[in-house]
Amino acid sequence: MTRPGSTGAPLQVSNLEGKGPKGQRKRPALLGAQPLGLLFSAPYVLYVLGVLAFPLGYAVYISLHQFYFTAPGVQVDRPFVGLDNYVTVLSDPQVQRSFINIGIFLVINVPLTVGLSLVLANALNRVQKLRTFFRVSYYVPYVTASVAVVGVWLFLFQQNGLVNSLLGPLAPNPSWLVNSWLAMPTVALYVTWKQLGFFILLYLAALQNIPDELYESASVDGGNKWIQFWNITVPGVRSASVLVTLLATITGANLFTEPYLLTGGGGPDGASASPVFLMYQKGILQGNPDVAAALGVVLVIGVLLVTLIQKRLVGGKED
Amino acid sequence: MALDNVPRTAAGEPAQAKQNEASVGKRAHLGVGSFILLALGAFVFLFPFYYMFIGSLQTSPDTSVAGAFPNPANLTPENYANINGSINLLTGLANSGIFTGGVILGTVLFGILVGYALAQMQFRGRGVVFGMLLLVQMVPFQLLLIPLYVMIVRDYGLSDNYLGMILPFAINSTAVFVFRQYFLQLPSTLFEAARIDGASELRILWQIAIPLVRPAIVTAILLTFIGPWNEFLWPFLVTKDAAMQPLAVSLANYISNIAATAANPFGAILAGACVLAAPAVALFIFFQRQFISTNIGSSVKG
Repeated sequence: MTRPGSTGAPLQVSNLEGKGPKGQRKRPALLGAQPLGLLFSAPYVLYVLGVLAFPLGYAVYISLHQFYFTAPGVQVDRPFVGLDNYVTVLSDPQVQRSFINIGIFLVINVPLTVGLSLVLANALNRVQKLRTFFRVSYYVPYVTASVAVVGVWLFLFQQNGLVNSLLGPLAPNPSWLVNSWLAMPTVALYVTWKQLGFFILLYLAALQNIPDELYESASVDGGNKWIQFWNITVPGVRSASVLVTLLATITGANLFTEPYLLTGGGGPDGASASPVFLMYQKGILQGNPDVAAALGVVLVIGVLLVTLIQKRLVGGKED
Repeated sequence: MALDNVPRTAAGEPAQAKQNEASVGKRAHLGVGSFILLALGAFVFLFPFYYMFIGSLQTSPDTSVAGAFPNPANLTPENYANINGSINLLTGLANSGIFTGGVILGTVLFGILVGYALAQMQFRGRGVVFGMLLLVQMVPFQLLLIPLYVMIVRDYGLSDNYLGMILPFAINSTAVFVFRQYFLQLPSTLFEAARIDGASELRILWQIAIPLVRPAIVTAILLTFIGPWNEFLWPFLVTKDAAMQPLAVSLANYISNIAATAANPFGAILAGACVLAAPAVALFIFFQRQFISTNIGSSVKG
């Protein structure tokens, strides 16, 4: 057998062996016909193990210990504390509030995202004129940095901003982003607007899988556009709807930039603080990485449960 | 299941868009109402960008309805100079560029290798690597935040360091998936023939496989670009030194700390926002055409 993983001459020998598994030598290659594939995959595997898999386990480890930040190389005692950090997290009113906030966010953001992206993708799918223009304009907010568009939203939604000038006497007081009832819904609206283009593209791809014959026979039978939309389009893109729901939920649970910048650090009075924002605040600003890691684990478990329920609800009988 | 659909859609979409253009006539024609809906949507999506640009040129912020139209008496390039005085735009752009470039380089280099191996090579453990690729798409970043910070900033001492910024994003798994999909569409007989002729795998990859999947590289670069260029949280955590901060981070610091003391804070913020947004928007508009007309089928047959 050739030395697997080594480059150069031995490789070609192994290639010849690999070409015909039933070939001259009966012995199947130990590492497969092209063992060099292992070497090709190595950087990616190392990346996944080192930067994703190991930290994932490390997060759980940190959350179960009393953990301090130290300078590189310094050894300190980090005693095992069981579920203490989880108790701290779950009994913290700030954390409870942040989960309510993210709940409000998801209740507004997810249905709005699913509905609007499906309706717009459906219209986009049938438009002939200006197709590229519409596609690009829907996608532009998605490809732009949130930090940049947050700037213009701050400008639009400030006390005497354009939105309030247009609303005149109907403008809310206190204004959108400093109103504890409206801060989170405004953030949810902002994220819906920002992400919609990506989900429109997902739906647009899913719509291609619906055979035209279905629409043709429906129109022969006299089904109008609404009937077609509800009975052909909506069921036809159901798996995409599951995907859009899950992705919107996962993205929403990761919310950080918007409460940090749009509402000046989760304000007013914590009414728009998100769990990830609290992870930053507690873990990195206040130096409690153990509590923050526990909060991360709780958040991920929460998201997992929510997405399982959503999959049942949106996926219907098929799943 | 559901999540592994994402990259496939991303890769398949361009080809489908073309088919769709041909079949569009068969479907129910678009009513006036739907067209108005689309136009309204485009307005809602584009107006903030227009307003961003107009706002960045205003001498004093005009938030009335009239302020949405350019007023020659109220136009100035001053805001760009102001924001550049507070945060060095060029340094920020360069840092964003290095951060993004590093991620793109890592993704293209290592992504092509693993994508090709997964699609066209037989080796022990291939299933495991592929399983990894699928699982990675589901790893929640919020869980990695604290351990990565502990490891990269505290243990390895990589704060204020490009490597520390790049490392968590070094290989974009969605792009790897795109590469694999494109390599899978090439006929395996092509590679078997080359192997019989005695070509080494690297030579096959470089001279046969890569030239056939050029569109995949464009797709992967576009896909990868938006991540690090727009990323805020991670570089914000690892860079404290202003000279090392990507533009998104320095602009965010300006918004949350410095803006309140400026004469025309919104003008300066919006000027910075325009500089940050422009490369991504320009890149996407420029490549939009290629993105649609990309058709892997023709390049294989040709």
